[in-house]
Amino acid sequence: MWGSKLPKFLFWIYLYLLVLLGAVIMVFPFVWMFLTSLKPLPEIYTLNWWPRNPTLANYYAVLQTYPFGRWFLNSVVVAIITTISMVLLSSVTGYALAKLDFPGKRIIFVGILATMFIPTELLVIPWYSMSVQWNWVDTYWGILFPGLIHAFGVFLMRQFFFSVPNDLLDAGRVDGLSEFGVFWKVALPLMKPALGALAILNFVGNWNAFLWPLIVTSRRDLFTLPVGLAMFSGEAGVQWNLITAGATLTVLPTIIVFLVFQRAILESITASGLKG
Amino acid sequence: MLSLSRRRALWAYAFIFLPLLLFAFFRVYPLFQAFHLAFGRWHADPGQRTFVGLDNFRRLFGDPRFLQALRNMGLYMVLAVPGQVILGLALALVLNALPRGRGFFRAIYFLPYITPAVAISWAWSFMLSPHLGVVNRVLRWIGLPAQSFLTSPAQALPTVAAIVVWQFIGFHIVLFLAALANIPKELYEAARIDGASAWASFRYVTLPLINPTLVLSIVMATGSPTIGILQLFTQVLNLRFYDPGGPVGSTATIVLYMYQVGFKRFELGYASAIAVLLFIIIAVITLIQYKLTARRID
Repeated sequence: MWGSKLPKFLFWIYLYLLVLLGAVIMVFPFVWMFLTSLKPLPEIYTLNWWPRNPTLANYYAVLQTYPFGRWFLNSVVVAIITTISMVLLSSVTGYALAKLDFPGKRIIFVGILATMFIPTELLVIPWYSMSVQWNWVDTYWGILFPGLIHAFGVFLMRQFFFSVPNDLLDAGRVDGLSEFGVFWKVALPLMKPALGALAILNFVGNWNAFLWPLIVTSRRDLFTLPVGLAMFSGEAGVQWNLITAGATLTVLPTIIVFLVFQRAILESITASGLKG
Repeated sequence: MLSLSRRRALWAYAFIFLPLLLFAFFRVYPLFQAFHLAFGRWHADPGQRTFVGLDNFRRLFGDPRFLQALRNMGLYMVLAVPGQVILGLALALVLNALPRGRGFFRAIYFLPYITPAVAISWAWSFMLSPHLGVVNRVLRWIGLPAQSFLTSPAQALPTVAAIVVWQFIGFHIVLFLAALANIPKELYEAARIDGASAWASFRYVTLPLINPTLVLSIVMATGSPTIGILQLFTQVLNLRFYDPGGPVGSTATIVLYMYQVGFKRFELGYASAIAVLLFIIIAVITLIQYKLTARRID
């Protein structure tokens, strides 16, 4: 296609070198973060590349002396609850919008879709105002209520439910299933890959969330991992060995999730992009 | 006895009742509330909130810190949006041409997108530190002068923009690769037989066919809730945690200023006015982008 004047193999070598250089730039910060987290503090100042005396003491310090374990748990709880809620509610709503007829359907769909475009920073102030009024500040509920539902999930599930043939649903109805039974036992099991992709995306999104958890929590023991990491790093000053250990603990779950579910994640990004 | 369609409609309402309640209570009501708060002075007790009309908005246009953040946003946009879209498209074209390893590199480039911005920002802030940072060591090693990066008012904003491009480029690559995969190979064959140059086949085959993706990519890089540069906050706060937005306000963003006004000074009315204005800015820019790009390449 391109570069017909260059000898073919040389062209490919340059292309691969270019892509490889880019890949190194993408990965290097993670590698450096990890290597630094294995160094004792003095080695930060001697500027050696490889840890001379690799140690897990930084991880031990971060988990024992600071509440990283607790923050980790908070993040897990928040991400799991919001993901379950989001996936279930998106499914029922997406199903109703795709497969059932009712007056007002179109306006309800457009209304839900419109909420997707409201920026979070416009909502955090009213959310905070509500939270002060009803004492949700510094509670789990306060951290997670905005994540219980999201228009993106509804939109995605509606798209996927369109692909379920109506005959299949009617067959379920003939078999005497209720409308909920048709949804739960016939339609939903067909959605397993879509549900998985939505759940993973949402889990990662909630795991990384920062602005709202930062605003609604002030008690240390309720921080989520990103908020805790920011506060901890702010206090740790130049102890980069501890900061990078904390950062590695924060990054690791998302990297593992990505490695395991890479296909589903990339496909759902593609699907949402091409349809949206 | 209810008719079948009536019964089905009732079921549908039962299905969507709880979700709609949540949407109404946690999205729609707060949206109106945000506009409402922007016209008042906030107090924890709703009874003591006062209406101040357009005062908050008038104050914004005389507030040097807001105006500086606004100018910064323009610079961020000019640097980060083309950076993400053009580099993302270029890399996608290269990856698409590779006979082997496309999936592997796609995954590598995508990695920073799904990792927490807080952790990434601290890692970069360490790597870019003028004396201890590995980036300056690499620069010296290849014979270039060390740079001050985040500590200099001139370099800080481009540095933040570069980190944003680094973090989100994988998202654009994934979008573009999917769009490129959908282009029928025969079209390139035909272009080649017609004697089209590589540039011509890109310009007249690839570009028109990926135009919808290009528009999406530009719009998302600018204003989307997930990666939009206009909503930049987490990176800016964490990259310079001890003086967020510095040095001398050179990296401040609108959301950072809103956060400082709202949750450090607790002037939530004024902060709401900032958020409302940003919302309007995003809506207008997004509309302009759609108008300019949606039908341009045919």
